[in-house]
Amino acid sequence: MDQLLHLLSYPFVQNAIAAGIVIAIVSGIVSRFVVARNMAFAVHALAELGFTGSAGAILIGVSPVIGLMTGTMITALFIGTLGVRVRERDAVVGVVMAFGLGLGVLFLTLYPHYATEAIAILFGTITGVSRSDVVLLLAIGALTLATLAVVYRPLTFATVDPEVAEARGVPVRGLAIVFLLIMAAAVAEAVQVVGVLLILTLLITPGASAERLTARPGRAAVYSVAIALTCVLGGIVLALVTNVAVSVYVTSISFVLYLGARFVVGPVLLGREQRRPDLG
Amino acid sequence: MAETEGRVSVRFDQATLDYHDRRVWGDLSLEFREPSFVAILGPNGSGKTSLLRAILGLTPLSGGTLEVLGEAPRRGNPGIGYVPQHQSFDQDLPLRGRDLVQLGIDGHRWGLGRPSAADRRRVSQVIEAVEATPYADAPIGRLSGGEQQRLRIAQAIVGDPRLLLCDEPLASLDLHHQQEITSLIGGWQKRTGRTVLFVTHDVNPILNLVDRVLFVVNGRWAAGTPDEVLTSERMSELYGSHVDVMRVHGRILVVSDSTGSGFELEEPHHLPEIHAGSGRPSA
Repeated sequence: MDQLLHLLSYPFVQNAIAAGIVIAIVSGIVSRFVVARNMAFAVHALAELGFTGSAGAILIGVSPVIGLMTGTMITALFIGTLGVRVRERDAVVGVVMAFGLGLGVLFLTLYPHYATEAIAILFGTITGVSRSDVVLLLAIGALTLATLAVVYRPLTFATVDPEVAEARGVPVRGLAIVFLLIMAAAVAEAVQVVGVLLILTLLITPGASAERLTARPGRAAVYSVAIALTCVLGGIVLALVTNVAVSVYVTSISFVLYLGARFVVGPVLLGREQRRPDLG
Repeated sequence: MAETEGRVSVRFDQATLDYHDRRVWGDLSLEFREPSFVAILGPNGSGKTSLLRAILGLTPLSGGTLEVLGEAPRRGNPGIGYVPQHQSFDQDLPLRGRDLVQLGIDGHRWGLGRPSAADRRRVSQVIEAVEATPYADAPIGRLSGGEQQRLRIAQAIVGDPRLLLCDEPLASLDLHHQQEITSLIGGWQKRTGRTVLFVTHDVNPILNLVDRVLFVVNGRWAAGTPDEVLTSERMSELYGSHVDVMRVHGRILVVSDSTGSGFELEEPHHLPEIHAGSGRPSA
């Protein structure tokens, strides 16, 4: 405990925790929509092309966070404009992802001293981000949350009930693109903690766990954020104390929380919420 | 149309809709006034759904004009309620029937959406009116098709629409649930004196409610009372081949002899015999 308090006095730890809180809130909310809209594959593609973006950024001497953000945004626009129908979407994601990763390999080859940064982006190191990157992450996070607040209700409508939402005048198609951009920002944020390869631990697991705990949409969002916060902050603290990579702890905590939600807590909470037994 | 008293719900004037150079329907000129319960009939692909989409302002006409509740069609017209074909919600979707109905009030509005106390009361009232209160707080994906459809009707009428559009709301429901949903929609229409446009490929479940029929097939159309439209002459004209309209046990069968085997023009699962049997579509 003393050791922990001592660690908390370091600016780099404070930076990590500040960024971690924003990242967890963004991930918690976005992951609910990712799960409900079946977009796990798109999340993965955004993350991998974020890798290409940051590899390119390092090559030309720009902040990797900016490169990451650029990579995910361009990918989001590609998927959004080319993949209108659901079936088409997965195909487009695959096509774009394969090409983008190829570019990433090219950038790596062009800049061979890049191995450390590459590992950082692939597996995440929140404690390694610079002060200016933390400010950037906070700004991106705040902007993402503000956008989410504006579109939250129609996005929910378009997600759970697209046909009626369209009939009621919700711009379903436009919201799909806006959500891809929100996802792009959320991916760029979450990559800082868990890295490209483990992105789904923050952008799927919290939402998937929350679904198991409640049938109420508002509560599900709160649970999802709480789970993401537990994963990120727990991961940062444990990583600092034990000197093992953050992502190891984040993925483990989120996996345990998912199992707990699904098999232990969920059945109890859901049962209590429901006024009548499951009729199948 | 003969009647001229009530407010005009929908008026088509020489309306035409083309899709990829194909005429879906053309020269449609008719109006429906309050109160009416209109069955929109016709085989699959005859443009029944695009008719509703045109009214909803989602598909522009290729020619002619359309007036909906006294104005040009526009997206999100609050005077329109919409009940889609029954499609099951995912079992694990964190959404209750109550939330679905709430979205009918404010789902299209920007922002986070904290329902007001008045909205919540209104949602509860409408859920009560469709007799869905006992299961309105359960996850919607775990309810039966009929229960989900009841909640969809609540969602469609919660905004007190002047015009209710129903797109095959009975499809994939068994006979018992079809009757429940039908009487729910019919009851609402009688109580409020508003207009219902009910797209279906089988008129029989709603035959006792319908006062107007619009039949669309092969780009042609006919409108009037069921007795005027659902006759062998009119149907033969529309289909361009000999068609018999038969009334059997208070049900209407549209049968073509062009196939030589007296086979129904609609999907076979709309034959009443099959409904009365297993309630499942036959192959």
